[in-house]
Amino acid sequence: MHTDALETPYQLLDLDGRLTGSMPSGITDEQLRGWYRMMWLTRFFSNKIVALQRQGRATTWGPLQGQEASAVGMAAPLQPRDWVTGSYREAGAYMTKGLSIAALTYYTRGYATPRELTGEDTRCLPLQIVIATQTLHAVGLAMASKIRNAGEVVVGGCGDGATSEGDFNEALNFAGVFKAPVVMVVVNNGWAISTPRSKQSAAARLAYRGAGFGVPARLVDGNDLLAVFEVVREAVDRARAGDGPTLVETVTYRLGAHTTADDPTRYRSKEEIAYWEVRDPIKRIRQFLFDRNLLDETEDKHLVEEAEAEVARQVEIAHNHATPGPDGFFDHVYQELTPRLQRQRDEFQQLNLGAK
Amino acid sequence: MTMTITRLTIIEALNQALRLELERDERVVMLGQDIGKNGGVFRVTDGLQAQFGENRVFDTPLAESGIIGTTIGMAINGLRPVAEIQFAGFMYVAMNQLVSQAARMRYRSAGLYSCPMVVRAPFGGGVRTPEMHSDSLEGVFLQTPGLKVVLPSTPYDAKGLLAAAIDDPDPVIFLENIKLYRSFKQDVPAERYTIPLGKAATIQEGHDLTIITYGAMVTVSQEAARQVSEQTGASIEIIDLRTIWPMDEEAIVASVSKTGRAAVVHEAPLAGGVGAEVVAVINENCLYSLLKPVARVGGYDTPFPTPGLEDHYLPTVPRLKAALLKTLED
Repeated sequence: MHTDALETPYQLLDLDGRLTGSMPSGITDEQLRGWYRMMWLTRFFSNKIVALQRQGRATTWGPLQGQEASAVGMAAPLQPRDWVTGSYREAGAYMTKGLSIAALTYYTRGYATPRELTGEDTRCLPLQIVIATQTLHAVGLAMASKIRNAGEVVVGGCGDGATSEGDFNEALNFAGVFKAPVVMVVVNNGWAISTPRSKQSAAARLAYRGAGFGVPARLVDGNDLLAVFEVVREAVDRARAGDGPTLVETVTYRLGAHTTADDPTRYRSKEEIAYWEVRDPIKRIRQFLFDRNLLDETEDKHLVEEAEAEVARQVEIAHNHATPGPDGFFDHVYQELTPRLQRQRDEFQQLNLGAK
Repeated sequence: MTMTITRLTIIEALNQALRLELERDERVVMLGQDIGKNGGVFRVTDGLQAQFGENRVFDTPLAESGIIGTTIGMAINGLRPVAEIQFAGFMYVAMNQLVSQAARMRYRSAGLYSCPMVVRAPFGGGVRTPEMHSDSLEGVFLQTPGLKVVLPSTPYDAKGLLAAAIDDPDPVIFLENIKLYRSFKQDVPAERYTIPLGKAATIQEGHDLTIITYGAMVTVSQEAARQVSEQTGASIEIIDLRTIWPMDEEAIVASVSKTGRAAVVHEAPLAGGVGAEVVAVINENCLYSLLKPVARVGGYDTPFPTPGLEDHYLPTVPRLKAALLKTLED
């Protein structure tokens, strides 16, 4: 651990992308470029779903623009056997863990993503809707890993609003008591719809919460990819070594609206947004890559265009994929349909209620 | 094979079932408040931690939502967890985890993840537990698709149903009636056996009237039926639902089509409850077999009373008798 200080967010890259500490060990140039590309994929994906929603081709969507460093950094240290849980705004972490953009896009069409589109199990629980609920699932997954001696680690993502929920606090408490191999990542983006961070808790830092549960905590600049990666990697390593949970607060900002149904101009100032635009996480890592000669203008242009095209391609796959039949809501309620559900399904089909 | 049979209470039968599951399947773990050294406040898990260790049977912090939420994670990640909620009345605290999470994980993930988990909880009144400990909230779970709800009434059924519940691929709410826990013993084979979920038991055959019931009201129904038969000569059939969801509609319809008269009995409040559902099933399937309106006897539509008044609230033999006699009138 570099510091237990929870006053100033841990930072490795300043606003100009200059390395202010020592480079985390063992990161290859390929990994760095890969994460940078993943940040662009995340942004393009989120923006694309917003655009599709405006055309009536996607359900309500919560944009995650501005949070790409937290999203990618929290999942990048994980192995395939590890798990991620998150809310709808952790989609970037799921992509980093390996879930395809097509699988995520299909969900925004209003259907559960079918197995054939999900592909291999990437160990990302369905994006959570009820705030903080998934934090307990994360701890349960981790408890099972420990009981089974499986060596799997879990990253449990949630937002600042989630820390006010009972489940979040119960999750941290269970994690501490059972020394569960879990990293709880609070992506503090400043706002829970229109409620500012200051109204979620009187505490200056959400990371303080760890002390009350006997869980070590870290505070990190959530727009600094390298810092998030390093802090989460250390926590993942601790968890895998049997040293228990860590709480990580990443300080970031939701540049977009809460969802496509939200108008943030009602409650946020232009000045505040301008302050955070300067801190754009993609800009910062981009400058770092340029300064280290890992990327030049031509390569960058190509990478960004390719990322946008890849999102378009994946969205196309999702939109070309067959939708369930109109009676698809009977599927997967139980492993096998109960006699009553079978009767209801038969009746639905006989009346041809799904006909257009 | 020689079957060893011993006389057990429901508590002892449940304990035996849990022990056998822990022995046969290393994925089975148990968690809850005070279930370790203390063996649970009703001693259902007595001795299990000593035998199987703290990795398999463990106490949790005092947090119902935490227990159910972590149980979900464990079920997804390769275990067969059996959680105990100390009293069913406290399950309301964990309602989101039960209803929106455990019950929908399979659905939301299109079958990729599932929650093969059991939540055990003592329920029901009549033993002077403090306020809020005695609720019969099974009716709530009729409106929460994705769960199965089991309520055994005998030691034999308790053991076989619990084994089946732990085996089941979907989340099961297993409600254990507090008053029945130690009220009688029954012959129970020492070996493991299962009783399929969703199947009612006809515990007494008859041709004039069907009582459909479950839980502690089974014994009340038996006594009321005995007295009414003695008094009127009527032959009364009793169906113990055992699982209320999925409900064994076939058994209900077959019996009521035969007898033409029916009474539904449970201690939960009547409005929108299991009895209401049973009456609807009868209406849809065998209304024209009915000779009289179906009687519905249950807890009144009030909060479960403070302990001093609970005996007046719970359906009793005289109250059920009155309903049966009325239903048997020509």
